Amino acid sequence: MVHGHGGHDAHPALAHHFENLEEQREASTLGMWVFLVTEVLFFGGVFMAYTLYRYWYPEAFAAASHHLDVTLGTFNTVVLIGSSLTMALAVHAAQTGDRTKVMLFLILTMVLGAIFLGVKGYEYHHKYVEHHIPGFGFAFEPKELEGPATLFFSLYFFMTGLHALHMVIGFGIMLWMLKWTWSGLITKDYAAPIEIAGLYWHFVDIVWIFLFPLLYLIGRHATHH
Amino acid sequence: MPHTTEHHIVPLKVYFTIFAILMIGTALTVQAAFLDLGAFNTPIALAIAITKATVVVLYFMHVKYSDKMTKVVVLGSIFWLLLLLCITMIDYLTRSWKTYG
Repeated sequence: MVHGHGGHDAHPALAHHFENLEEQREASTLGMWVFLVTEVLFFGGVFMAYTLYRYWYPEAFAAASHHLDVTLGTFNTVVLIGSSLTMALAVHAAQTGDRTKVMLFLILTMVLGAIFLGVKGYEYHHKYVEHHIPGFGFAFEPKELEGPATLFFSLYFFMTGLHALHMVIGFGIMLWMLKWTWSGLITKDYAAPIEIAGLYWHFVDIVWIFLFPLLYLIGRHATHH
Repeated sequence: MPHTTEHHIVPLKVYFTIFAILMIGTALTVQAAFLDLGAFNTPIALAIAITKATVVVLYFMHVKYSDKMTKVVVLGSIFWLLLLLCITMIDYLTRSWKTYG
């Protein structure tokens, strides 16, 4: 635990090198954003690989994209944006000091996240059955597109897998925040941890906002088979 | 450190409005994907995604109400990402290697 040294009236969560909680909150928000910049560039590298290979193999990318389920993808997009809303509502509840609602909305965020991952798992399983997982007896029709289609599915699994990993980490953060809210550490004056957890969760949502059209919706107006 | 700004609580109405905008954006991007817009399919999909991401950053992530330093860092992330994508693509697009493409 960190303890402030600003006298007996100092907030227990105030670190000694900050004047007050507001200053501490601004510093931690900035710190989180700096971390998110590194995350943008981390994902950026994969988006770069995607851009180049899609530019080189447009037909294979469109044909492979057609094997993804638009209905499930759209459903998951709605679920994930819904979880961003419940996360924003948890932040609002924390800022207004409504402890019960903070916990309710954190749990709802996790429930929606779990639905998303469940659907993703179902889609992964379907890909396994269809032999569309590179390295596991991969096969693609038409044969001449099989090579670049492997690239598409490798990118699909890497991008959605990295995204799902971030969600699992997000679950850990939500549990941590639930514990802090339950214990009474989170108050109207000290809502910053919930706000920062929210920044992380919304970032993961933004990644999906780009992944959805880039992976599921390529050349849907044409028929490839 | 200079005096800190007043902590802004985003009204619930704003969150619900943003959620509605994101839902409309999702519906639009799916609809647009099934129309034959020629070369415009991908730019439109990206424009919708960028708009959705922007409202998430500004309102859900409170950047609209954040201090200047945070705004600079956020813009910085976009700048570095564009450098990564653009400079790499400039390289690939201008090589005369016949091995690719």
